[in-house]
Amino acid sequence: MSNAPVDHGRRRFLTIATSVVGGVGAIGAAVPFIASWNPSERAKQAGAAVTADISKLEDGQLIRVEWRGKPVWIVKRTPAMLESLTKAVDKLRDPASEEPQQPDYAKNDHRSKKPEIFVAVGICTHLGCSPTYIMKDFDAQVEGIPSGFFCPCHGSTYDMAGRVFSGVPAPKNLMIPPYMFVDDTTILIGEDEGTA
Amino acid sequence: MIKKLFTVLALVASSAAMAAGGHTVHLDKAPIDLTDKESLQRGARLFQNYCLGCHQMQYQRYSRTFRDLGIPDDVGMATLGFTANKVGDHIKNAAPKADLANWFGAAPPDLSNVARVRGPDWIYTYLRTFYVDPSRPFGVNNEVFPLVGMPHVLQELQGIPYKSTETRLVDGVPTEVDVGIKTDGSGELSTEEYDRAVADLVNYLEYVGEPSKLESRSLGVKVLIFLGIFFIFAFLLKKEYWRDVH
Amino acid sequence: MFKNFMSWIEYRMPFMEKMNLHVMQYPAPKNFNFWYFFGSLAMLVLVNQILTGIWLTMNFVPTSDGAFASVEYIMRDVDYGWLLRYMHSTGASAFFVVVYLHMLRGMMYGSYQKPRELLWIFGMLIFLVLMAEAFMGYLLPWGQMSFWGAQVIISIFGVIPVIGDDLTLWIRGDYVISGATLNRFFALHVIALPLVLVVLVFLHIIALHEVGSNNPDGIDVKRPNDGQKIEDNVSDKFTFHEYFTKGGKKIIVDAIPFHPYYTVKDIVGVVGFLIIFCWVIFFAPEGGGFFLEPPNFEPANPMKTPDHIAPVWYFTPFYAILRAVPDQLFGAIFMFLAIIFLALLPWLDRCPVRSIRYRSNLHKANLIMFCISFVVLGVLGVLPATPTYTLLAQIFSFTYFAYFGLLWFYSKNEKTKPLPVRLS
Repeated sequence: MSNAPVDHGRRRFLTIATSVVGGVGAIGAAVPFIASWNPSERAKQAGAAVTADISKLEDGQLIRVEWRGKPVWIVKRTPAMLESLTKAVDKLRDPASEEPQQPDYAKNDHRSKKPEIFVAVGICTHLGCSPTYIMKDFDAQVEGIPSGFFCPCHGSTYDMAGRVFSGVPAPKNLMIPPYMFVDDTTILIGEDEGTA
Repeated sequence: MIKKLFTVLALVASSAAMAAGGHTVHLDKAPIDLTDKESLQRGARLFQNYCLGCHQMQYQRYSRTFRDLGIPDDVGMATLGFTANKVGDHIKNAAPKADLANWFGAAPPDLSNVARVRGPDWIYTYLRTFYVDPSRPFGVNNEVFPLVGMPHVLQELQGIPYKSTETRLVDGVPTEVDVGIKTDGSGELSTEEYDRAVADLVNYLEYVGEPSKLESRSLGVKVLIFLGIFFIFAFLLKKEYWRDVH
Repeated sequence: MFKNFMSWIEYRMPFMEKMNLHVMQYPAPKNFNFWYFFGSLAMLVLVNQILTGIWLTMNFVPTSDGAFASVEYIMRDVDYGWLLRYMHSTGASAFFVVVYLHMLRGMMYGSYQKPRELLWIFGMLIFLVLMAEAFMGYLLPWGQMSFWGAQVIISIFGVIPVIGDDLTLWIRGDYVISGATLNRFFALHVIALPLVLVVLVFLHIIALHEVGSNNPDGIDVKRPNDGQKIEDNVSDKFTFHEYFTKGGKKIIVDAIPFHPYYTVKDIVGVVGFLIIFCWVIFFAPEGGGFFLEPPNFEPANPMKTPDHIAPVWYFTPFYAILRAVPDQLFGAIFMFLAIIFLALLPWLDRCPVRSIRYRSNLHKANLIMFCISFVVLGVLGVLPATPTYTLLAQIFSFTYFAYFGLLWFYSKNEKTKPLPVRLS
């Protein structure tokens, strides 16, 4: 045994220093385990943006496109539908789209980039059913409004900009996904100029 | 030191296997450089243009090749993405597998991992040792893979390869001696250019076999440096405490 | 406040007292050398295999259609999947390197001798379970070598008379190695055997602590207390758990508390090991073709046998013995005997002196011959069974078994050196 007195200071320093280095090592070792939980390349590719061709979209027609497992609606709104958007305002829960359910470019009266093309995630914000598109006779659901969306599960209603009416179970407007116009007849859903 | 140990063991095993299994062709060393992105890009183009017709790389995504080789997605899809609908698709083809097996005797294997199964030297030598053999269905045989079912797809680049012989005196007797494979010059590329092209293709195959290899090495350097530092601290700590004992 | 909480727990479950018994006040001989790192390293590798193994099962698909592709998915598509896979495959080989060296330590220092026979038996059981675990794990990637290696090894069970064929059918769950085999091996490899392994390791350490650790000199660190004064006894500085001093009836000589001295020393061992381990993982994960074998990068094809089937390197010494014997049944019997004789060492070695340091030159030469035989058999197991190699395998199988026979003979009246009184 060494007869020199124990240098407690040195001992404490070395213990702390080694522990710190060891701690850094432990965190480094944890990185691959935690990172492996990130969406894999397969998940990212399956969740990648989807193109939709709207060259043949007729007035008032709705087409459905799947993106990240969800139905995305694309509707060619008629001038009459756009006009009726102003009439609904006092019946809506969130007419100005204050809730963060849409990208900035959809925070307007028609909740879309181009007024005549409506893009929205077709999932009711209540409990997740997919509402039905009612092109005519929507005033059976909401007086004075000719077209809209009606969710059959619990009766929630939305106008032609996906805004939820008051007095129904759904709390928020329909979600608008990020999207962009690749050209006049092609929409890319899942990416916009900001993320592309 | 350990790599030497592995190499020694591998050499013992392989040389013994060679001695036991009979005559094996000498394999040329493939000039692999996974950091040479241009070589990898040329190799990718060669694969897509010459190999994709029959062979797939079903575990490799186009997007992975583009990303690792520094090719923008739109450029890649336009120049290389022949069988892709989306950039994330795997490198597959629409060739009818059952028919291919009939026509060639065996289905053309998937090449995602061929560099890990055969080794780059084998593939490099294989693609450069086809030779004319009229007895074969496609008119060619191969020194490294005798009686191979694959035709010489790269022939338009190499030219028509012949096993050339010379009359030489062996033990005083004039004998036909093999002097290697020579081409008839009808190829688009000279011998050096062809070797370079095959090297690029093998380089690309080596990359596809293990796309994570460069990342692994880069991370490994950092890990080993960290462990070296950790070792010094741990050693000093041990020495300090063990003064109580010694 | 914290102290109150700790004493509340301690009264109901004496956690701190057990920590003292097994770690802070456990008397470990002061002369542990390099050979004593491998026990703690084995535990480190076990933890590595369990953690990386769990993470691999998050993405692995245990069906004959999906297994190979799922490994490619892990290697290419999962973030850091390649690293988890290499940690697991390198860990499997590292486990055997460490365990073989750990066993060699036991053979060198007579750590299997009384009163540590049961400790040695637990160790042998761990070794057997480890081999089964590694064998089953190797089938899972469903490569050419996975399939054909398993085919060969399972058919060895077929040589057992009368029940052999039914037994292999039952093990496989099918007429040939198939998804049924893969699925059950997956269950055993991921859950059943790891649980058994952890229990056995726990028992192994309990058995060790019960009788105390051996050391390179092979002499005891606990002596009856007859009032003698021991000069320069480092143990005087420390308090050991009264379980070891038996209330003063025993004194501890030349031993130090496991913590902090061996915790701090084992950290150095761990980091040193990790440097080598990480070098392999990041720069040479294929291990020259021995850790990840080239044929295994091709999916299993029941119609096409690889040119050269061999088990993974850590099984090759036993495989060489199997092939050396011309008769199938006796080959299998001798292969198992190779392990059984190891287990019998506590009874075969009749010498009262434990450590090789104080034993005869004959014993040293015998052990060296054993080690050479083991390594040479390992190399031969990788090579094809040519007549020359088979003859060599027969010679070295003989010298392997000769170790045990010779040992039994000379150990009874072996010329040993006088034992030291104190640890060096």
